[in-house]
Amino acid sequence: MFLNQFLLFAAILFCIGVYGVLTRRNGVLVLMSIELILNAVNINLVAFGAFNDDLGGQIFALFTIAVAAAEVGVGLAIVLLIYRNRRSIDVSESNLLKG
Amino acid sequence: MKCFPNCVFAQTQQLTSTGEWIANGFFYFLAAIAIVSALKMVTTKNVVHAALYLLVVLSCVAATYVILGAEFAAATQVLVYLGAIMVLLLFGVMLTRAKIGTETDLDYEQRWIGGLVGAGMFAVMAYSLIEYFEDTKMPSDLEPQRTQDVAGEIFSTYIVPFEVLSVLLLAALIGAVVVARKD
Repeated sequence: MFLNQFLLFAAILFCIGVYGVLTRRNGVLVLMSIELILNAVNINLVAFGAFNDDLGGQIFALFTIAVAAAEVGVGLAIVLLIYRNRRSIDVSESNLLKG
Repeated sequence: MKCFPNCVFAQTQQLTSTGEWIANGFFYFLAAIAIVSALKMVTTKNVVHAALYLLVVLSCVAATYVILGAEFAAATQVLVYLGAIMVLLLFGVMLTRAKIGTETDLDYEQRWIGGLVGAGMFAVMAYSLIEYFEDTKMPSDLEPQRTQDVAGEIFSTYIVPFEVLSVLLLAALIGAVVVARKD
């Protein structure tokens, strides 16, 4: 097995996630794409952990999973709040801060 | 990665073990499923289908962790992502849009710019990865990382980040309740 096959797999998932974040207007779908990006990072961490025979990679992947759980909780709360105030979760309509 | 694994295996003198060969085949199988599902996820017109495609991607990533010997990370991935986060996302879909079926206004019109950015980023990353790591091999004796060792490491070397993470989770919990509360 090559190290690169895992890294390229992660790179592909990361770029698909970036595409999703840039093109989706639905707030929940943007959050899903962010999950994809975080997973790509986790693959990298675990792959390097296995490559160096070090536990640090796996532990940092666990930390990232926990942070992702916190992120999606707060993110969905914000999306729900936007929906309640504006009856829409189209992120392109959330432009109240625009000068 | 200039040569596909099979021909590399034929050329090298030392024969790789059957187990590694099977793991390799499994990896390419899973990676293909994950990439196709991820592409479907960012292009589908149905929000619930997108969540289910994300489920497939996350399961494939969990299986990749198993191939890499990170069993505890794989178990956590299944519990936290497939169990908790997916339910949360489906609840988010349910609470924000009652609409069933396909929707037409999920994407921006200028999709090609996003595609351009994604493809450009992948080109840069793929070029630098292939240039730098070339055909660096994973260690052939890929031992599973034991959960006992992981626990020992977390509660010795990484004890401070672990505690900070506990506080972060508590703060996120309270924050989510406060933000979403009706008043």
